[in-house]
Amino acid sequence: MAREVNWERNHDPVGIWNGRGKAALIARGHSPTDRRWDGESLDKSLGAFMMIAVQNALDDAGITIDDVDGIIGSAGGQPGGAPLSDVWGPRPYFDPPYDSEDGLTHVTGQWLRQQMGFKNIKYINNHGDPIWNLIGQAAQAIADGRAETVVVTYPNGNLPGRYHQDPTNEARGPAVWPNTWGWGLSGQGFTFNQYCQKYGTNHDRMAPFVVQERKNGLLWEHSYYAQHEPGEFTEEDYLNGRMIARDLSIFDCDRPVLAAAAYIMTTAEKAKDMKQTPVYIWDHTESLFSPRSLVQTIDDTEEWTDIQAQRSYNGSGITADDIDVFAPYDGFAVFTQYYIEAWGWRGVKRGEAHDFYAGDISLKGPNPLNSGGGNMGTGRMRTVFITDPLEQLQNRAGERQITGRAEIAVSHGVLPVRAATVVRSTTPG
Amino acid sequence: MARPIVPVPDPATQPFWDACNEGKLIVQYCSVCDRRQFPPEAACRDCGFNFHLTWQETSGRAKIVGYSITYDSRLVQWHPLQPFLNVIVALEEDPVINFHTNLIDDFGTNLSEEPDIPIGATCEVQFVEAEPGRMIPEWKLVK
Repeated sequence: MAREVNWERNHDPVGIWNGRGKAALIARGHSPTDRRWDGESLDKSLGAFMMIAVQNALDDAGITIDDVDGIIGSAGGQPGGAPLSDVWGPRPYFDPPYDSEDGLTHVTGQWLRQQMGFKNIKYINNHGDPIWNLIGQAAQAIADGRAETVVVTYPNGNLPGRYHQDPTNEARGPAVWPNTWGWGLSGQGFTFNQYCQKYGTNHDRMAPFVVQERKNGLLWEHSYYAQHEPGEFTEEDYLNGRMIARDLSIFDCDRPVLAAAAYIMTTAEKAKDMKQTPVYIWDHTESLFSPRSLVQTIDDTEEWTDIQAQRSYNGSGITADDIDVFAPYDGFAVFTQYYIEAWGWRGVKRGEAHDFYAGDISLKGPNPLNSGGGNMGTGRMRTVFITDPLEQLQNRAGERQITGRAEIAVSHGVLPVRAATVVRSTTPG
Repeated sequence: MARPIVPVPDPATQPFWDACNEGKLIVQYCSVCDRRQFPPEAACRDCGFNFHLTWQETSGRAKIVGYSITYDSRLVQWHPLQPFLNVIVALEEDPVINFHTNLIDDFGTNLSEEPDIPIGATCEVQFVEAEPGRMIPEWKLVK
């Protein structure tokens, strides 16, 4: 099978997507959510969790592995799809199928095909990341006829020890610039501080947003917090959060977890015969930018998010008023205001997001922002941005079901510098 | 004071580091796009080619555009210096071009309180030894 590398809709003018309404997201499946893998329990490895999630997604759709002809996924859920072992390895291996990183901290489509017994796969692509891009990639593959029924996989791992710690005393390649001067998450705080300076706001005004996300997340059964820490999280908790960098506290950082999710996407025709209500892909658009110089500034950030928002509007033909379910990324929480303002959701303009947070963003109110809870409310899975809008549009979000119209959803992530947006609707369009 | 992490040059950045060792701050310049470029890359980000890409010495003067403080770094070698200052300065003759600095007078001081960092203040580049034979640019406030 050829490796496909050029499928993104990332050059203006994108125009209305010619695949609109041809692909439908039908079903979702999740694994349990743990904080970390212990390095020994093979029934809780990333591969084992991925198989659980795939089977749950198949069951949710009412199909079997024989109905699936494509697997599209991120092998590791790490930046660029890199395996966890790049950060934490080397580690001991086990008997097959756990005799390499594949299945332990990394899950390729080929490994899944072999372990689960898929027989009819004609298209596999492991080279996408993150989840928003994978949904777009799957929709494009179906619209282009490369596959008819695809399982989209998103394993996201976490191992013992501190997350992404770098012990090296030499910096090479692009790491030369940040590492030589000790620049890391300070960058997120720096850009956010520029935002605060520009618009006369401050970090404390993030509190209502992060608290509401935790409330929403506690109503999502797959959330780490719902499963393991179901207690209330208050504004006082947020304001007392340990600082990681200036204007960036521990509660602005998503909590790394071990979890896997899978989705079933199929053609509009086949979707009619499946168990769940079809949710049609109206558009996918992507972007990749670079800062004007070394450090991403608020000017870079606003320019990039404006471009991507407009690209998404141009590609889908919708306007801000059409968006019922809005799921902009929040891991880091200090990103989200850039997206709300770029999309102008609920009329929010540049510099107004913190005023918006101070209003009613509750689940049952008029502005149910991130009704699934985002990463802040669920852990660093990212999949809530796909699952919650799906469930909202299928009218099966349970306690999280928003009270207003739920016909069009926009999911957006991941970073301002590298972004993808998926527009979904209850109708083919 | 020794630097926690030292840079290892590669072909694209070697001229920059060599200039630092000579006490010069240089950035790339694309004459056909009429734009400076930092950090160094193999080609101009605008035209996409290296046909017109040269190196240009700068004044070494810059203005502070903002700062951050790191309390808990992912870079283990920096942990003993926490909390430490991260400042961004923009080149005086081309404010698009920005650099990292820890500000010489504040490097390694373990900040005990929010520092008074005057946004817009002028700084001058100075070169400090990251390891024997490897100079890196740092900035010092012009008072």
